[in-house]
Amino acid sequence: MIRVQLPYHLQTLARVGREVEIQIEGVATLSLVIDALETQYPMLRGTIRDYVTGQRRDFIRFFACGQDMSLDPLDTPLPDAVAAASEPFRIVGAMAGG
Amino acid sequence: MSSVRVLVGTHKGAFILTSDSKRKKWKVSEPLFAGWEVYHMNGSSRNPNRLYASQSTGWFGQMIQRSDDGGKTWEPVGNKFIYEGVPGTHLWYDGTQHPWEFKRVWRLEPSLTDPDTVYAGVEDAAMFRSTDGGQTWNELAGLREAKGHLWQPGAGGMCLHTIILDPVNPQRIFIAISAAGAFRTEDGGQMWKPINQGLGSGELPDTSAEVGHCVHNLAMHPSNPNVLFMQKHWDVMRSDNAGDSWSEVSGNLPSDFGFPIAVHAHEPNTIYVVPIKSDSEHFPPDGKLRVYRSRRGGNEWEALTNGLPQSDCYVNVLRSALAVDTLDSCGIYFGTTGGQVYASSDSGDSWMPIASNLPAVLSVEVQTLP
Repeated sequence: MIRVQLPYHLQTLARVGREVEIQIEGVATLSLVIDALETQYPMLRGTIRDYVTGQRRDFIRFFACGQDMSLDPLDTPLPDAVAAASEPFRIVGAMAGG
Repeated sequence: MSSVRVLVGTHKGAFILTSDSKRKKWKVSEPLFAGWEVYHMNGSSRNPNRLYASQSTGWFGQMIQRSDDGGKTWEPVGNKFIYEGVPGTHLWYDGTQHPWEFKRVWRLEPSLTDPDTVYAGVEDAAMFRSTDGGQTWNELAGLREAKGHLWQPGAGGMCLHTIILDPVNPQRIFIAISAAGAFRTEDGGQMWKPINQGLGSGELPDTSAEVGHCVHNLAMHPSNPNVLFMQKHWDVMRSDNAGDSWSEVSGNLPSDFGFPIAVHAHEPNTIYVVPIKSDSEHFPPDGKLRVYRSRRGGNEWEALTNGLPQSDCYVNVLRSALAVDTLDSCGIYFGTTGGQVYASSDSGDSWMPIASNLPAVLSVEVQTLP
């Protein structure tokens, strides 16, 4: 089980609280977590990754265990503490906009 | 008793304003999609409780929301807008070609006959259609074959902002794209033709260019679908042959720059514009917010000022923010970038604010309910 924390607007879109739980088979990577999240909450498709490029949207950031994983390849395994569900994986709407 | 529902899209959410047919007392809903840009919200004429809304932000991209109870509850539907085939390129500012990239939905236009069929006008300019209530979208890619490689974005983006469905001929659709022009299909959206002859856009060296004209908005009366009215970047224009040719009808307007244009619900030759001083300033002339009405289809205009601020007013009225109801007398509605929504229940003779402190208004649509 992976704990995923969502930004406010994605919480309202998916009608969930700040944190959701998803199940991953095997090694949890960035892309597998987002795949599972989108499967569980289809309304989030296209809001985190661009439909065409499959890449993280510009103002989305991925944080885990105090690290910014936003620029890591999408097949990067998540930290052990996230895989063990003792720490959340955080999807953040970047503070941008002036 | 009839009632009116005004659908207001703003820079930070959407609002639904409701009133009975007297249109004197208004109720403003709680914010919908709070914090998101709502470029457009529109209802089906076949099923007025079926509403569609375009919801977007720079952070999370595009969503389409659908309601089946007149806006009380909403469900997100499909937001996958993928250009058909290899997207190709259009003209960029430096003269090079630039790939088509989806940015947002500017316009949602439900079919006149089927609540589940809805058209979307998007940026970068293209037309999409859904036949399953917005769950899936397919591009009408023939539009971009109408000299799309020569389209170039304007300052507001290369947006398809206007869609007019012909109520007499369901195969005929008119659309307009900022800085590209107006286009018409006669076969339901497969093939498109630029309809820009006579637009003569100011300093363009080639005034007869097939594309490259900055059309801001189109309007048509359903009883007379061969007559089109246009607010262009400069000039108010009229066509009596479904866009095959255009002539200027700016007449005595204080400025022929502006964004929206609308037609009276019961008088096909009565039209409305909101003149703006210039493309450089985007203010009402002289700080006076005036709607102009022509009862002759253009050329002769009268200022409508009763109830509108006539000093120190520097708001703008955007292209999709003027609409009419179908009551008698016709109601006229517009929203401003200052967050006001004004309404007239007497065809424009007098006005009152029906909301005063909303976020900047991007669009206004009106439903007249039985």
